[in-house]
Amino acid sequence: MGTQAIELSATERRLLDVYQRGLPLDPRPFARVADALGVSEQTVLDGLTRLQQAGVISRVGPVFRPNRVGVSTLAALAVPSERLDEVARTVSGYAEVNHNYEREHDYNLWFVVTARDARGLAQVLASIAAETGLEPLDLPMLEDYFIDLGFELQWT
Amino acid sequence: MDMNVTPHPLLNDPRGRALVAAIQGGLPLIARPYAAVARQIGVSERDVIRMIRELVDQGVIKRLGVVVRHHELGYDANAMVVWDVPDGQVAELGRRLGAFPFVTLCYRRPRRLPQWRYNLFTMIHGRDRGDVQRHIDALVAACGLDQVMHQVLFSTRRFKQRGAHYGIDVSAGPGDADGREA
Repeated sequence: MGTQAIELSATERRLLDVYQRGLPLDPRPFARVADALGVSEQTVLDGLTRLQQAGVISRVGPVFRPNRVGVSTLAALAVPSERLDEVARTVSGYAEVNHNYEREHDYNLWFVVTARDARGLAQVLASIAAETGLEPLDLPMLEDYFIDLGFELQWT
Repeated sequence: MDMNVTPHPLLNDPRGRALVAAIQGGLPLIARPYAAVARQIGVSERDVIRMIRELVDQGVIKRLGVVVRHHELGYDANAMVVWDVPDGQVAELGRRLGAFPFVTLCYRRPRRLPQWRYNLFTMIHGRDRGDVQRHIDALVAACGLDQVMHQVLFSTRRFKQRGAHYGIDVSAGPGDADGREA
């Protein structure tokens, strides 16, 4: 069983269940959400603000289809275990790196690089290789099979 | 790089790029967020709504709404499961796997032989490792994958997680928000 940091109100749960997609494109989107949930606009705004401050949601906004705005790639490094902290810090230090995870594998450091164009990506990977002395695997997305409807939460 | 996709025409337009820069980190949580974005980039509220609608309709924006952080909601475990699928079958299998509710990403990526043989990547979230492993077992059973070589890469540490920023240089959007798993 995982840990859940904060207790969520019924309205907050509904916001997470229903509004991972389809935020109204209306001048008062949160008032329209409030109408649908039968609460006030301020309740919706307060709930979303609290969820964002608690880190339960990262934002209310767009999820862009990969490689339609700028370009990105998934990269991996096989880092000797005694160097992992140091190399992870180096990689995280790049503004172009937006996710950086340790995973259980010989390739143990996995990160996503995003840039404005292919040349920008190549420069970041080359720079990481030069700085760490490790050659990254460059695994750009070729095809996306995932229809993102948001994550189906199971309330228990 | 996927050479089959090109940037949406709106993104060649300075206003379109300014819009993306302004909203990529999230909308302000105020009564009229689109009006605030409009003021920031110097267009009308109606233009902001129209441009976002165009990006949604054309699939550049996959969805517009609340972006959850799995870990903070108690989904503590995630694994990247990589599969070595015959090239002729990867699209069909990818579409099947991508439809399972616990699969949160499903991409084809290149092999890099000899170091890397796997060409289909799925991300699977669960409340704990057992939960994730049960999901993987369910995928294997449902899709007949016993003979398909795969590896499970559990994540053990998250060094960095935030929303993608695309190097689009316009005055910063509302916050350097964290993003979802990529």
